[in-house]
Amino acid sequence: MVSGKSSIKLNIEGLKISYGDHVALKGASLEVRENEIFGIIGPAGAGKTSFLRAINRMDEMTPGMKVEGKLEFNGKDVSEWRNLYALRSRIGVVFPLPVGLPMSIYENVAFAAKLRGVKGRDDLDEVVERCLTRAALWDEVKDRLDSLGSLLSGGQQQRLTIARALSQEPELLLLDEFSIAVDPVTTMRIEEVLKTLRKEMTIVLVTNLVQQARRLADRTALFLAGEVVEVGKTKKLFSGEAQDQRTTDYIEGRFG
Amino acid sequence: MSEVDVRGFRAESLDHRNQRNQRLFQLMFGLMTVVLIVPVVIIISLLVVRGGPALSWEFFTAYPAANMTAGGIFPALVGTLWLVAVALAVSLPLGVAAAIYLSEYAPDNLLTRLINLAIINLAGVPSIVHALFGLGAFVLFFEFGTSILAASLTLAIMTLPVVIVSTRETLQAVPQSFRVACWSLGATRWQTIRKVVLPNSLSGILTGIILEVSRTVGETAPIMFTGAVFFLPFLPQGVMDQTMAMSLHLYNVATQVTGVPESLPYGVALSLIGMVILLNSVSIAFRIHLRRIKKW
Repeated sequence: MVSGKSSIKLNIEGLKISYGDHVALKGASLEVRENEIFGIIGPAGAGKTSFLRAINRMDEMTPGMKVEGKLEFNGKDVSEWRNLYALRSRIGVVFPLPVGLPMSIYENVAFAAKLRGVKGRDDLDEVVERCLTRAALWDEVKDRLDSLGSLLSGGQQQRLTIARALSQEPELLLLDEFSIAVDPVTTMRIEEVLKTLRKEMTIVLVTNLVQQARRLADRTALFLAGEVVEVGKTKKLFSGEAQDQRTTDYIEGRFG
Repeated sequence: MSEVDVRGFRAESLDHRNQRNQRLFQLMFGLMTVVLIVPVVIIISLLVVRGGPALSWEFFTAYPAANMTAGGIFPALVGTLWLVAVALAVSLPLGVAAAIYLSEYAPDNLLTRLINLAIINLAGVPSIVHALFGLGAFVLFFEFGTSILAASLTLAIMTLPVVIVSTRETLQAVPQSFRVACWSLGATRWQTIRKVVLPNSLSGILTGIILEVSRTVGETAPIMFTGAVFFLPFLPQGVMDQTMAMSLHLYNVATQVTGVPESLPYGVALSLIGMVILLNSVSIAFRIHLRRIKKW
């Protein structure tokens, strides 16, 4: 894990994603390093979500979605994974709108562990408490773990889905505009959680809030109409040292 | 530049008309609903008034007597239960499995669309055609003879489209986001179906069962060539036996036998409807329970 190569979590070259005639991403090349928060900003339709979907091989479940190019996860192309379920179980995903599975709070968080064959009630209890605590939700739900996840408020549900993603103990966490349905206070709480998670996992943070990328991301990429305009240190991009004029314009809110 | 005074326009000329239309349409749709209910009410009350007197404990527990003009319907009741049970046992697993494949696994291509079309068309095939198919296939070719097995298989094939379509619809009503969330957690398709999709589709599957039971109990043509008989002085002992059945019995006492007291066919018809309601009330009760614990 010390060698230079293993510190690259995702190595992407010439990644092209299309749905029929519609091209969502036209040849993206970038790398995501181990234990960094990698921000992706850009307007709607830039190809950000398609990019995330390609990483955990959702193209396999999506009729018409086609992925070409190189997409290496831990140095091995995701198209070469025979066991996609094993691949996906190492990658946590949080969607824009919280998807509480139609089961109790407890079952939501214990689900991934159960899929892996964890059976003991004590073990599951431990996973549930640890993950809910880390997602800053434990105190609010510890007395009603058996009630339905979908009865929680939007912000709580989103923290529930984060707890669920953490229960996979992922190496890579993909966050897709997680704060879209969450109030600012909860957003700040989740952001604090993400900062502590950086030690244990790599995070790809797609966000429509430019300032969120500024607060959290070590490096940031700007996606624009299926193109990766620029990848750079977040500090640099936000201090006016962006290479591309479009990056500066986008960050300063002149468009998008 | 002339602008339309939208507010004034509404207030002056439209509000009055809108209100009148509102009342008119409500009345119209209400009337149509009443028109629909009237025949049902008439049929049931006619059956209760004319057939009610025929009902008694003995009617349900005795064999027909005096060349069908007296006695009860016991063997027909039991026979219909046999037919429904065997038909359900065949068509439910088959139909649900096919629906799961079509909804969860099948790619959206020409073949899948053809299969879906075929299923819908199968639902439109007249029951007498199913009857002849059952006679040819199960009674003669597979040599099951006229038996409960042959009759139930015929009924099962006839009701398969109902089970498949209603199950498929209910599976597709489960939000796709649940599946995507599940897959993202590393669940296989089957784990997703078993843990998330199916548990939330039970209510729709029960609807399919209700529709199927109703049709199975009522159909006459498919069973008269394949397993149901005019009269048997004993109960069927297994699926290879022939049997009496409620629907065929009703047909016989209403049209084939002379000297039947007027209340008898009505009594059989009332029992037939009562049986459908009774069988379905189990599913309905379960559905109410499911709706109470509905999860999204």
